[in-house]
Amino acid sequence: MTAMIDVTDAKKTFTMHLQGGIELPVVRGVTFHVNPGECVVLSGPSGAGKSSILKMIFGNYRCDSGRIGIRHRGALIDLATAEPRQVLNIRRSTIGYVSQFLRAVPRVATIDVVAEPLIVNGLARSDAQQRAGELLHRLNIPERLWQLPPATFSGGEQQRVNIARGFISDLPILLLDEPTASLDAANRAVVVELVAEKKRQGVAMVAIVHDDEIRHLIADRIVDVTSFAAAAWRKTRK
Amino acid sequence: MVDLDTLENDQPLLVAESLSKSYGRIAACRDVSFALYPGEVLAIVGESGSGKSTLLQMLSGQLTPSAGQVSYRMRDGVTRDLTTLGEAERRFLFRTDWGYVHQDPAQGLRMAVSAGANVGERLMAVGWNHYGRIRDTSSDWLTRVEIDIARIDDAPRTYSGGMRQRLQIARNLVTEPRLVFMDEPTGGLDVSVQARLLDLVRSLVAELHLAVIIVTHDLAVARLLSHRVMVMKGGRVIETGLTDQVLDDPREPYTQLLVSSILPP
Repeated sequence: MTAMIDVTDAKKTFTMHLQGGIELPVVRGVTFHVNPGECVVLSGPSGAGKSSILKMIFGNYRCDSGRIGIRHRGALIDLATAEPRQVLNIRRSTIGYVSQFLRAVPRVATIDVVAEPLIVNGLARSDAQQRAGELLHRLNIPERLWQLPPATFSGGEQQRVNIARGFISDLPILLLDEPTASLDAANRAVVVELVAEKKRQGVAMVAIVHDDEIRHLIADRIVDVTSFAAAAWRKTRK
Repeated sequence: MVDLDTLENDQPLLVAESLSKSYGRIAACRDVSFALYPGEVLAIVGESGSGKSTLLQMLSGQLTPSAGQVSYRMRDGVTRDLTTLGEAERRFLFRTDWGYVHQDPAQGLRMAVSAGANVGERLMAVGWNHYGRIRDTSSDWLTRVEIDIARIDDAPRTYSGGMRQRLQIARNLVTEPRLVFMDEPTGGLDVSVQARLLDLVRSLVAELHLAVIIVTHDLAVARLLSHRVMVMKGGRVIETGLTDQVLDDPREPYTQLLVSSILPP
């Protein structure tokens, strides 16, 4: 099977110039792949670099070395060396990212926040809004809130809006950073269902999930990032 | 690995090559090169004196570079070197295919004539002559920038700062330009007024598929509006990349300083 994500020997270090140029190793030797229809969960203690790896796969963090292979429109592209415009194209049509927090855009109605990724890809506004409404409904956001901007919503409501926005697209790769963190049991179950549907559609997913039960329900494979982490790295260098 | 350029092969709208500007021994801008594509928003950030305004003036053909060149793909598809354009051609470009949003709206508007005339004037400059159509289009644009139609006959000097800036944007966009230059467009505005304006600009840019080159010292503005960012210091581009990449993972000491200086919201 052809992998959708193929990470090879990726390395990330932060150089903190304002702190006298100290080097903060994050991860090195990151190597794993994700097939279509598969959900890989990154595990490891807090600070091991799970979120950093997710950000490297999204092109949000740059890599010092190594390769972030992404299957984009049938071709394998190295995101680590791609031009900004290519990265944007890849994000528009290949990789979705559900962050922990909604970056609220002032004044935009919830229904439009959710529908936007579809509109950007050329779907008619009314169709996009209809699909947004269906998802919001499933995630138990009452219809009376749809026309309001999500900025004033509770943390859990904002996260559900964020999940709806992340899951609405038909992108072949989805990165999930703690999608269930501040959700109640009913909504966590909805997210598990949504992940299962994405798998059936052949979507390749990488997730960070702290909840053992959810991890058990969604993970096809677990990649332990401890061996990539800076701590292990420092030990082996000594 | 496949080169994406062969897959998504569109042509740049504007290309800057090794642009430099010196005033005597002082180099205001050194060796700047980049390509801007249709629909792309590029933010040029840096502190006062970093050369970003000099660069913007060269890019928009208002200042002749000491070295290097800017080429622009005209509406007919032909790419032209800006320095070879005649004054009339350059002015025509400014009235049709380009917009320029000044920090101070008074520089981009005629303060003593009505708001409707400010917008309609640009249409007349490109040959519109039917009063009713001009008035309708002007009203339509005032509505799009959230100015009450009841104020169409008032002069912008009676407008608030935020309204003036929105009017300036309407005046610029009415001819459906493909490229808009913006020089600190939110510079003189209150924070709440800024948010509204940014939000408006953000949706218009996406809707009209505009290419924008925006000069700002405000990284929050760059984050909200731009796809790509160029960080300038001492006349040079010291770091460039995707906006979220440069702001979340800044590499250069100066960029790290800028990013760490943002006050939390």
